Amino acid sequence: MAGGIATSRATKADPAADRSRTTPTTEPRAVKWLLIGIAVLFLTVVVLLPLVTVFVEGLKRGWDVYISALTDPDAVSALKLTLLVAAIAVPLNAIFGIAASWLIAKFSFRGKNLLLSLIDLPFSVSPVIAGFMFLLLFGAQGYLGPWLDDRGLQVVFATPGIILATMFVTFPFVARELIPLMQAQGTLEEEAAATLGAKGFRIFWSVTLPNIKWGLLYGLVLCNARAMGEFGAVSVVSGHIRGETNTLPLHVEILYNEYQFSASFAAASLLMLLALLTLGAKSLVEWKTAQRNEDREG
Amino acid sequence: MKGSRSRSVLPGFGLTMGITVFYLGIIVLIPLSCIFLKTMELSWGGFWSTVTGPRVLASYKISLLTSLAAALVNVVFGMIVAWVLVRYRFPGKRLLDSLVDLPFALPTAVAGVALTAIYAPNGWIGKWLEPLGLKVAFTPLGITIALIFIGLPFIVRTVQPVLEDMDKEVEEAAVMLGAGRWRTIFRVVLPELTPALLTGFALAFARGIGEYGSVVFISGNMPMKTEIAPLLIMTRLESFELEQATAIAVVLLLMSFAMLLVINYIQWRAGKRTLAE
Repeated sequence: MAGGIATSRATKADPAADRSRTTPTTEPRAVKWLLIGIAVLFLTVVVLLPLVTVFVEGLKRGWDVYISALTDPDAVSALKLTLLVAAIAVPLNAIFGIAASWLIAKFSFRGKNLLLSLIDLPFSVSPVIAGFMFLLLFGAQGYLGPWLDDRGLQVVFATPGIILATMFVTFPFVARELIPLMQAQGTLEEEAAATLGAKGFRIFWSVTLPNIKWGLLYGLVLCNARAMGEFGAVSVVSGHIRGETNTLPLHVEILYNEYQFSASFAAASLLMLLALLTLGAKSLVEWKTAQRNEDREG
Repeated sequence: MKGSRSRSVLPGFGLTMGITVFYLGIIVLIPLSCIFLKTMELSWGGFWSTVTGPRVLASYKISLLTSLAAALVNVVFGMIVAWVLVRYRFPGKRLLDSLVDLPFALPTAVAGVALTAIYAPNGWIGKWLEPLGLKVAFTPLGITIALIFIGLPFIVRTVQPVLEDMDKEVEEAAVMLGAGRWRTIFRVVLPELTPALLTGFALAFARGIGEYGSVVFISGNMPMKTEIAPLLIMTRLESFELEQATAIAVVLLLMSFAMLLVINYIQWRAGKRTLAE
């Protein structure tokens, strides 16, 4: 909100800037446009160019090649596995995120800061190490490997391992979005509901959830983007079995390493669309939140 | 709020505590402790000779240096991007603002193949740089470019809110006291932004050290030259050298945790300063 105020103030100063070239708290016009130019150029080269490249390279050999790359059985099974993994990992992380943020925002207890740091921990673990951990736990030479083997269960180099690794890397996303939001909301509304006799789940459903729904949606969207796109961690535990344990990002890698660039970029373009949808959802959520805040203030 | 002894009237403490601790244990703590358990099984001599081997040391050096270079580039340009997005109005600003988040949302492997297609010797930009004798893909420079892509949002998104919350009055006061625009920026605005810049730098740096997907395609993966530490772990795993992989991974983990401590310290100090004011 303060951003809106700052920018509107800066624009009010603009006409003055025209007359005397510069006011004391703005830069000269030339500097302003130079800085904008640098920012635009930097983002164009670093971010926009890769975005465009994916689509251009994917469609380079024509629409037919693009479509056949996407309807290839291996691509379809990779897409299915990616969707399955996200469909399991995201809801589980959402349940955890809601529970953790309720716990942290609504109660005071010892060790809260430690808990917060532990929730953030997966962000600072390299994806390769994340996959490796599950290999050490469930692999043939791992701690639980022989036990699983006796029962004919396979975790790594199979779907469960991919799901676990994905859950680890996407672990903090929902909680991270909800904790500051719920902390800012405080406990007054929930306490009022409790005093009026509402039971636990009812309080959450009709008091808390309406307040946090956009933040929750954004957390889910981010979590989903990462779950569908995770590469390093999944790469370690997948075993790269085509048609079985290949996710879409791994499919991109395999095709690329086989010099099937068009097919690889066609698969990559699907993931790029997912990323663009994620950004769209983010803008929508920000817009909705800003609107809500305006309603409240007005 | 803290230290209130009265029991909360809100329900669900036991349930949410149970879910949180159970899930945290299963998904994060138990798997993570496996790495340290496995390290205990190594002899000190074996561990030391692994992590000080020339190829391993080279991989740490490459990971650290390229992450450092990328984070520094991002501090400068990320600061400019954040400044432009907060202080100026111009057409296409919202689009530019959303573009900043693309590296967060894009799967790293997609970034990797796209950047390679751009900077390979026959690529979009690579073919113009090649005649100039400048090789990007399959050199440390290529790794740095991938890490610039990955790290950019960390700087912009930590600096932006601080810049938005900053009172213009402080700058006006500096002007009233006779400071010029540049002096105001360097003596008033930048010191105020330093904690955010340092946090963003540390976040980008930490992410760079562990990054894998966006780097493996553009780096060329030549041992001693362009082999990053996470890739070396992967190579050891593929040849079933679990002990070596564990040793390399533990050192990398400790580096990341050290960065995490640094970030917490910066934020704690910044928090203390605000309170003091």
